[in-house]
Amino acid sequence: MLDLNTVREQDLIVEPTHFTERLKPYAKTNDWFNWKGYMACNTFECEGKEYAAIRSGTGVFDICPMSKYDITGPDAMEYLNRIMTRDIAKLNVDRVTYVIWCDDNGYIQDDGTLFRLSENHYRLCSYEHAMDWLMNCAEGFDVEIKDTTRDIAALAVQGPTSFGVLEAMGLEGLENLKPFGIMRVPFKSGEIMISRTGFTGDLGYELWTTPDLAGDMFDELFEAGRLRALKPMGAIALDLARIEAGFVQAGVDFLTSEHVIRTGRQRTPLELDMEWLVDFNKPLFNGRKALLKQKEEGPRYRFVKLDVEGNKPAHNSFIFNKGKQVGTVTSAAWCPTAKTNVAFAMLEWPYGRDTDNLEAEIYFQRELGWTKVMAKCKPMKGPAFDPARKRATPPSRI
Amino acid sequence: MTKQYDAIIIGAGHNGLTCAAYLAKAGKKVVVLEARDTVGGMASTSEFAPGFKVSNGAQYATMLNTQVMRDLGISLEYAAKDLPTVVINPDGNNLRMSGDTVSGNLSDSDKAQFSEFKAHTRKFAKVLSGALKVRPPKVVEGDWHDKINLMKLGLKMRLLGTDDMRDLMRIATINLYDVLNERFDNGQLKAAMSLDGIYGNHLAPRSPNTVLNYLYRRTGDLHGFNDPALVKGGMGKVGEAFAEAAKKAGVEIRTGAKVASINVHAEVASGVTLENGDVIEAKAIVSGADPKTTFQKLVGARNIEAGFVRRIRNFRAKGNVAKLQVALKDLPKFAGVDAKDAGGRLVITGDMDYVERAFNHAKYGEYSEKPVLDINIPSVHDDSLAPAGKHVMTVLVQYAPYELRAGWDENKETFKSIVMDLIETHAPGFKDLVEHSELLTPADLEAEFGVHGGHWHHGELTLNQFLMTRPVPTATQYSTPVDNLYLASAGTHPGGGVSGLCGHNAAKQILRTKGV
Repeated sequence: MLDLNTVREQDLIVEPTHFTERLKPYAKTNDWFNWKGYMACNTFECEGKEYAAIRSGTGVFDICPMSKYDITGPDAMEYLNRIMTRDIAKLNVDRVTYVIWCDDNGYIQDDGTLFRLSENHYRLCSYEHAMDWLMNCAEGFDVEIKDTTRDIAALAVQGPTSFGVLEAMGLEGLENLKPFGIMRVPFKSGEIMISRTGFTGDLGYELWTTPDLAGDMFDELFEAGRLRALKPMGAIALDLARIEAGFVQAGVDFLTSEHVIRTGRQRTPLELDMEWLVDFNKPLFNGRKALLKQKEEGPRYRFVKLDVEGNKPAHNSFIFNKGKQVGTVTSAAWCPTAKTNVAFAMLEWPYGRDTDNLEAEIYFQRELGWTKVMAKCKPMKGPAFDPARKRATPPSRI
Repeated sequence: MTKQYDAIIIGAGHNGLTCAAYLAKAGKKVVVLEARDTVGGMASTSEFAPGFKVSNGAQYATMLNTQVMRDLGISLEYAAKDLPTVVINPDGNNLRMSGDTVSGNLSDSDKAQFSEFKAHTRKFAKVLSGALKVRPPKVVEGDWHDKINLMKLGLKMRLLGTDDMRDLMRIATINLYDVLNERFDNGQLKAAMSLDGIYGNHLAPRSPNTVLNYLYRRTGDLHGFNDPALVKGGMGKVGEAFAEAAKKAGVEIRTGAKVASINVHAEVASGVTLENGDVIEAKAIVSGADPKTTFQKLVGARNIEAGFVRRIRNFRAKGNVAKLQVALKDLPKFAGVDAKDAGGRLVITGDMDYVERAFNHAKYGEYSEKPVLDINIPSVHDDSLAPAGKHVMTVLVQYAPYELRAGWDENKETFKSIVMDLIETHAPGFKDLVEHSELLTPADLEAEFGVHGGHWHHGELTLNQFLMTRPVPTATQYSTPVDNLYLASAGTHPGGGVSGLCGHNAAKQILRTKGV
């Protein structure tokens, strides 16, 4: 759908995606932004309605701009195992896993999802452009790495009616697809790959196909969704959904290590409450030694998800502990479905050890009248929103 | 056979042997594993034609450290010391440099400046020399030991006095071309002096880091090598002497024992596997091999973290010097070179632009069409090297890039005849005296000595690969990201040249480490 020759002729800095032409009629606010060189929408019409679609119907999000790399070859698994902190050997064919990867200092370089498409074929989706690092890691391994960002047309289809929508679209066999599973169904002259993945913490899927089928896939999806509250959603609604679901965002809750200039602004997995993603039983992965050392010496920061008193989002707030400033908020939102005022905060060690007396200093204004409140904060055990429908197999046919 | 040692040293080069000897003297049980059948590494003598022997790696002794020699009880027999350098021309209008004096057809000012400049730079070499014989200080996470070393360096600089300190800081990072032009007029004098700042490196007089290399060479002056020396029997005798010293200290040396891999699990080294399959284990594995060979070949890129792999990949180590060795029926006659200088260092170079143009080729992966030659006929001083009445000649040829774009196999003979022709123009009749000749390119040196890129110094000696960043950050102070694996080669601080300091510093540091 995206004619690369035309795009190159136009010499654009920000390019349309395979779905931009289809999405334009929905973009009533015309609120586009630059997502890694591609056009993406902040809002199409109203972020509230789009968020409501995610939680009560289906929200569709264009993930063509997301960086995608296909890694193939006999050493693909071992290659990825040296990069990723998790044990990739445990990832079976047709399964997806959330991954983070570090530099030699144990600082997180990026996070993303890793798809195992066949025995020796993986696809990595990342926040940053990763080609440089992936190539750097390839010495000594028999692998081929290809940037497939342009070659794939992909949509996230998220929300409680998403299963019903896809079934109505004629995609068969989806009822048995478990979370983080992958399946393929024939579509027109080719196929659609469906993964039960997403960034909303809800029932949801991601559809992957070739650019030539992008238009048909979009049209049939939206036709099937007409009676099931399907809407395109923008990045603002998605951001709210991910905070509610407890997902950290690269570039917001942590900075990717190669883009940090100031010493000490990088973060390790231990400092982001991500130790569960680190498999120290593996004999080697980038950052292992540094992380073992930090595990022994203790982290510099502690990442917490907070339930903040009241309903004023703690945007950019300082966090205090008995009057002493101990940290800052990285993401915050009043989450409508969970009815929780969520804040993700980075606390400085060792003050972050005691989380019993945390307060957020929240500034807000009503018509230029500024108010400050000190809102009590409680660390949350899990995400604010964690519905059973996220995991139900088969999902409900609403 | 599995055997437990305190330390395994990979490679019986002079640094490996030095390190082994110091460790053994401290009571450690040490084995040295050498791939070749002879010891000494690039301090080597080979019989390249029946009855003709030559130093086929390092050519001159210029850096041997007196403290290391004293500690290890090594004394060498020199065939000649203080070799004069003669810049030769076809018309015999030559320059002669010896010690701090230069003679020939040049201005009084140049003559005076020559002495002054040698003395001036030797003061700087003295400052540098203090930093070469200790481990390179870590600046950020260094301990008291590092702080003292840094303070000593700072203090020594300060004690130079304001003018000299200022001048050192001014010239340290710039190039010899500018510095020599400030003082000298004679083009050939400048070119010949500049050779001390470019040898073995991918540098020419206009390159940054040439002053650093010049000062590095001048540190040899402090050990009696203001001018180069010839070791009796060739540089192989240096290797043998270091090996004897190591054996006397209790080191076991195995030749013909090629290490196939360093055994690493979870970034901890446990031992080595030889090519014959034998596994030998030790508390410390010390690599005398260059950093690229150590990590890319012996450890394997897959067994270490990727950031470090990248650093090692980017370590610059591509040799640029070829070596011509010639068996001669008789002594060739160079115009204007009298009998006492016939065994000296005979240099063929134009002015600094000539050197720079010779280097231009190397930048683009070509050999120099008009190369710079450093010729020596050691048999003039040492009759053990050639049959009676006959002679051997060795020539350092710059530039001959390791990665010749057109391929060495196809072009070696052409390049050799360029070199031979150039010598012929300076010594008519030379070619008729040739019994046998061979050219060793950096690729040949790599194959012969197992040193990556055939690089003299195991890696460029430049500020970004110097002191605490040699070979690369995170592999400083002779340790590596792999526990129990240490480096002791010229690829570490201070760097190349047959001095023994890398091995000495490495041993001291290893002995400081707990658990070895």
